[in-house]
Amino acid sequence: MRPLVTLRSLSVTYAGRDHAALKPLDLDILDGEKLAVIGESGSGKSTLALAIAGLLPATARIGGDLAWPEIRAAGRRRPQGGRDFGFVFQDSAASLDPMMPIGTQIAEVARAHLGLGWRQAREQAKSLLARVRLPDPDSVMGAYPHQLSGGQKQRVAIAAAIAAGPRLLIADEATSALDTIVQAEIVGLIRRLVEENGMTLLFVSHDIALAAELCDRIAVFRDGDMVELGATNQIISQPRHAYTRALLAAHIGLDAEPLLAGARHG
Amino acid sequence: MDKPLLTVSGLTRHFPRSATRVAAVDGVSFHIEPGETLALAGPSGSGKSTVAQLLLRLIDAEAGSITFKGEDWLALRGAALRARRRDLQLVFQDSLAAFNPRTTVARALDAPLRIHGLAPRSERPSRIAALLERVGLSPMLQHQAIHEISGGQRQRVAIARAIATRPSLIVLDEAVSALDVSLRGKILDLLLDLQQQEKIAYLFISHDLAVVRAFAHRVAILDKGRIMEQGDARKIIDAPQSDTGKALVAAIPALPAKA
Repeated sequence: MRPLVTLRSLSVTYAGRDHAALKPLDLDILDGEKLAVIGESGSGKSTLALAIAGLLPATARIGGDLAWPEIRAAGRRRPQGGRDFGFVFQDSAASLDPMMPIGTQIAEVARAHLGLGWRQAREQAKSLLARVRLPDPDSVMGAYPHQLSGGQKQRVAIAAAIAAGPRLLIADEATSALDTIVQAEIVGLIRRLVEENGMTLLFVSHDIALAAELCDRIAVFRDGDMVELGATNQIISQPRHAYTRALLAAHIGLDAEPLLAGARHG
Repeated sequence: MDKPLLTVSGLTRHFPRSATRVAAVDGVSFHIEPGETLALAGPSGSGKSTVAQLLLRLIDAEAGSITFKGEDWLALRGAALRARRRDLQLVFQDSLAAFNPRTTVARALDAPLRIHGLAPRSERPSRIAALLERVGLSPMLQHQAIHEISGGQRQRVAIARAIATRPSLIVLDEAVSALDVSLRGKILDLLLDLQQQEKIAYLFISHDLAVVRAFAHRVAILDKGRIMEQGDARKIIDAPQSDTGKALVAAIPALPAKA
């Protein structure tokens, strides 16, 4: 597969910090793949997502090279949010304008990047709301973010992210603030949309089991280092790095041994 | 069998319908025995945290009764309620929001000891050091500001504050949900150790049934303010009968079987 994004010795250091948030790494994000980036707090996983999207603060020092080969070939300097990638954040309330009706927020993306008129853009928005399975798209069009539940807001954020048909969808802890039932629904939605649109997915998560269910490859980050990168199957069955093994061991699934010693049963 | 530490019966609270979605609690009944962990599990908006707020007397119930340590908990008022509060403590999900951000670790732990008259001023520094050691932190940490320490350390301080008054029941409201996985296991181990040593009971509020299955003795599945089913945590989670229980179990991501 061709790479959609190539990173060569990419590093990021935030202003006023001695330590790099992201230490030099090489990584190709392949066109059409579902790549998970997993790690704990401070691992650099979100920094990587922001770097790829060009959303790092201007004061951050970026080393190495980050390229979107097709964008370079087309003579454009940098990827454009909405057009080349869609970004879904953990806090959907923060990524939506609280004062703007839902329909307008989504239509604006389609208008800006697809050159549609308002009427067409609003039709597009309505069909997107149906695609992300929001009940009653007509009334959601005129609703404001605060009128929706957390899961519904995340569906709207996803609709806005894909409104201009980007090649890459970046989901940064997009389901972490949701309860498990809604999380499973949103993960199912992301999987379906990525497959229907033929998008590439960068799925940033702290949850190795969730990453394994959704993605083809997993990159494991710790303290700014990519400690391991491999096919999901290899990472889960034959983890090479001790930290990956520790993450797997710390996972609590439905088959976990109860922690309760001598639990009173019966 | 021990007499229940806590008996909740027919607990009810409605909220007027408004733009912000607030959960109601509708005829909820359960009990907790001394030293036992009961998990309250359910989706967002099922009423889990409202039950906690009713229990903590942060909001008033419309109907139902709560008996805690043999007393009519909802009838307590004023000084009597304040005095009994030391028996029922709380640990939240967001440890940063749970403290005055400008306070130090020492002052955060000094407050419950002082307010409940548990130790004279001269003894409090050694009590604070002992509390920190009890939750696996260095007593050196006490001079740090709350916002300077890590999230995991802060959650340990929140637990230290909760156990400072030697409570019989601690409400753990999504207390490990925001922690990194490698930290979560350590905090759960600490909570289990405290439970075994001090016979503390927990009301463990969570939406993650895998963690509930590993940590709790019993579980009550809540949805739309009502208990759908309750019983032995492993029996219920291994074979849920209610639709909500089934949906919660089905939603848990599973690692692919290891080769």
